[in-house]
Amino acid sequence: MQIKLNINGSDKTLDVKPHEFLVEVLRENGYLGVKKGCETGNCGLCTILIDDKPVLSCSYLAVRAEGKKITTIEGVQAEAAEVGSFLVEEGVDQCGYCSPGLVMTIIGMKKEIENPTEDDIRNYLTNNLCRCTGYVGQLRAIKKLMGVE
Amino acid sequence: MKAVNKPISKIDGMGLVTGKPVYTDDLAPKDALIVKILRSPHAFAKMKDIDVSRALKVPGVECVLTWKDIPRIPFTRSGASFPEPASYDSYILDEYVRYVGDSVAIVAAVDEETAEKAMKMIKVDYEVFEPVIDFEKAIDHPSVIHPDHKNYKPNAIIHPNFDRNVACEYEYDWSKGDKGIDEIFAECDVVIENTTYNQAQEHAMMETHRSYTYKDMHGRLVIVSSTQVPFHVRRTVARSLGMTPDQVRVIKPRIGGGFGAKQNLQAEFYPAAVTMRTGKPAKMIFSRVENTICGTTRHRMRIDTKIGAMKDGTIRAIDMEVLSDQGAYGEHSKTTLAPAGYKTIPLYNKADAYRFHGYTAYTNLPTAGAFRGFGVTQGIFATESIVNKLAHELDMDPAVIREKNMLKEGETSVGFNLSTVFDDLSELQTAESCGLEQAVKRGKELIGWDEKFPKKEVSSSKVRGVGMALSMQGSGIPNIDSASATIRFQENGFFTLLLGATDIGTGSDTILKQIAADAIGISEDRIRVFSSDTDLTPFDVGAYASSTTYVTGNAVINAGKLAREELFKQAARLLETDVDSLEFDGDKFTDKKSGEVLDLEHMGTKLTYGKFQHQIEVTGSYVPYKAASPYMACFVEVEVDTETGIVEVPNMVGVVDCGTPINPKLAKVQTEGGLIQGLGLALIEKISYDSRGRMTTDSLMEYKIPSRDDIKTNLVVEFTDTYEPTGPYGAKSIGEIVLNPTPPAIQDAIYNATGIWLTDLPMTPEKVLKALKEKKNK
Ligand code: FES
Ligand code: FES
Repeated sequence: MQIKLNINGSDKTLDVKPHEFLVEVLRENGYLGVKKGCETGNCGLCTILIDDKPVLSCSYLAVRAEGKKITTIEGVQAEAAEVGSFLVEEGVDQCGYCSPGLVMTIIGMKKEIENPTEDDIRNYLTNNLCRCTGYVGQLRAIKKLMGVE
Repeated sequence: MKAVNKPISKIDGMGLVTGKPVYTDDLAPKDALIVKILRSPHAFAKMKDIDVSRALKVPGVECVLTWKDIPRIPFTRSGASFPEPASYDSYILDEYVRYVGDSVAIVAAVDEETAEKAMKMIKVDYEVFEPVIDFEKAIDHPSVIHPDHKNYKPNAIIHPNFDRNVACEYEYDWSKGDKGIDEIFAECDVVIENTTYNQAQEHAMMETHRSYTYKDMHGRLVIVSSTQVPFHVRRTVARSLGMTPDQVRVIKPRIGGGFGAKQNLQAEFYPAAVTMRTGKPAKMIFSRVENTICGTTRHRMRIDTKIGAMKDGTIRAIDMEVLSDQGAYGEHSKTTLAPAGYKTIPLYNKADAYRFHGYTAYTNLPTAGAFRGFGVTQGIFATESIVNKLAHELDMDPAVIREKNMLKEGETSVGFNLSTVFDDLSELQTAESCGLEQAVKRGKELIGWDEKFPKKEVSSSKVRGVGMALSMQGSGIPNIDSASATIRFQENGFFTLLLGATDIGTGSDTILKQIAADAIGISEDRIRVFSSDTDLTPFDVGAYASSTTYVTGNAVINAGKLAREELFKQAARLLETDVDSLEFDGDKFTDKKSGEVLDLEHMGTKLTYGKFQHQIEVTGSYVPYKAASPYMACFVEVEVDTETGIVEVPNMVGVVDCGTPINPKLAKVQTEGGLIQGLGLALIEKISYDSRGRMTTDSLMEYKIPSRDDIKTNLVVEFTDTYEPTGPYGAKSIGEIVLNPTPPAIQDAIYNATGIWLTDLPMTPEKVLKALKEKKNK
């Protein structure tokens, strides 16, 4: 079936199957910054923004996204580079596979919480797994980005 | 020295964090056939019949391959150097299946749905056997897991015995002077024993196994794979398909984590077989479930350790008996078994005797493979655990018993020879660098050991305790690992560094560039790095055994020195002077005699075009000859909730001797990541199977790795001020050592807090509560 999706500000008509999740549709259509790491909604690698809120695209049916504003990391390159530069500066871009999803969640958090505490950050990002860094360096980076003492 | 020891950022960092398409699946051709594997529902069975005729009729199916279509060439997926210290005991597809999830048939179709539909149409008639699930009952079990081993190529040095389900047996027995170890035990004031178990940890790297393949215009097979060992993939896939290595090219793009998982070959064979059969591009992406049940795990081990000491704490003898669970195929049997002893006992180099004996047993469980730490993790849990226990027995401070017995800089250790020159003890190797004294001293300060040891009550139900452990590893495998690096000087004065080394997220492309810059004597900004393509880059064994910084780093230095020599020669030619009168400041040559100047920009261009053309391209190689072990001390403070059994780790300290950290920023993050993986091993990560061998923890929902919420730890990492004379600019390795010490340190902190002694990882709240209850009832 064909659906209309607004991705990164442009309207697209895409062929999808009714049971297809956004992550597959986005990757098939070249939005390769969206990664996939599990089948159970546990890793956060597939995080995108829908109406500016972080959403797991592996658990979000493509058809449900009609009429909504979909943002992938390709659509927010400047902001991703800003957020990402803090990760890189701290050296927590190891394999980097978790980074796009993490960056998108952080972008969502910045919109929602103005002066987060360390616990706010941990809670907001708790669904974003990382197997390389052990999180402590990522927390340092995010605190610097958000100006948290 | 300019670039080394500087915290520069990873060269691929910005590309990674902004989501550029750089990983295997991002690069695969859109028309690649989708490859799926029909997997065994049984832990142990033989296919009496397999009928794929209906599957082949599904529209969109391109091919279905069974064991009958695959060359009967036994090989090993271990991804180790040639000749592999592992038996050739597996095929791409076999008529036997030996664990739940073992490969039964390969299906390739135009899309995933079609492939899945076709898989359901394959009819298999199994003869099911009693599986071997409990590794402690595996040896001499009535079920022989590899009954049909006449075509296997057993590797003699690992002593397999297929009829007994033994993948490997290994032992040594050393004592100073004429007395045997048992006599020395008899002379000791105290002899204690301890048994430790660890679980079969999952790597759980975020990017699952994956590869895609195609034929190039010459008909050669190209494999693009998320692998740690491109050159071993070339050789192994070629062998398994009856081809020669020249017919295969392997490319590794960026990869989403490995931790050893991607040393063992996993996905490569299946699309390769399909491409060779159909001529079409093909790709195979492991689902998370496949990754969990069909990838490898850490070896589950039971280690019975015995230690003998005098009243003053002098350790005199250490004896280890190991049983290791190999799972279905013997990919890393001796290579993980032996290090459990020989990369732990050198820590206690003053003892008079060591004995080690171990078996690796085949079971009908997923294969155990390479995993960061590689047997040493298990061995460190055993030795550090028993040394802590000994300290308690003698009523000594665990830090003090370490200070008394541990290896110090400039000392020899028999254990080094056992691991590097294999039993040749004629000339004992020296620890030319060893920062253990510094590490223990600094670690104690950072954790506040003297104030906090052994425990502090926080409230009626919460008590804090501190614990510590040491750790060591190697830096590559002496006399076996090898690496090379090529440096090319280009137009306008830039350099290309070609590396066979495999950056798996560790930042090796970056740190090797730093090393190259200093070896040539230029700024690192002039260097572009290209790595991991078997057609284009020089040979390197790949990313395992903590080898890249040390082994490839030394190869890069050798290449850099040669490049520098060549630059001087060519500058002298262009300036019409001799090499001795040249000065080089990193950007330009000056002829001291004439005052004439030639900058690298002009020099590069001159050497590229026209009558002065001369390509500077040099290759340096390196083979390590000693262990160059890194060392560390880890201190933790735990808080045990005696009502819930929950153990939190508010403070953790790692002081690491990796020699010179080439890049202190990346080394620090690698240490943090390793310590937290160790924390997962110690407290969180739990793997379970049902009685028929089906893994019940096959997703990230059931198999929990540490999440952000679990880590409220104040983690402090520091490096000792040590310099390894044989290392590149004084460096040793960092990759694996940092995972090892957390489990024994946490185990002892829990003991110090509560008096319970947990010996079976992970130390979950249930086990804590049970032990607390038992203690109370005593
Ligand atoms: S892919 Fe893992 S949460 Fe979406
Ligand atoms: S950096 Fe590798 S998973 Fe986070």
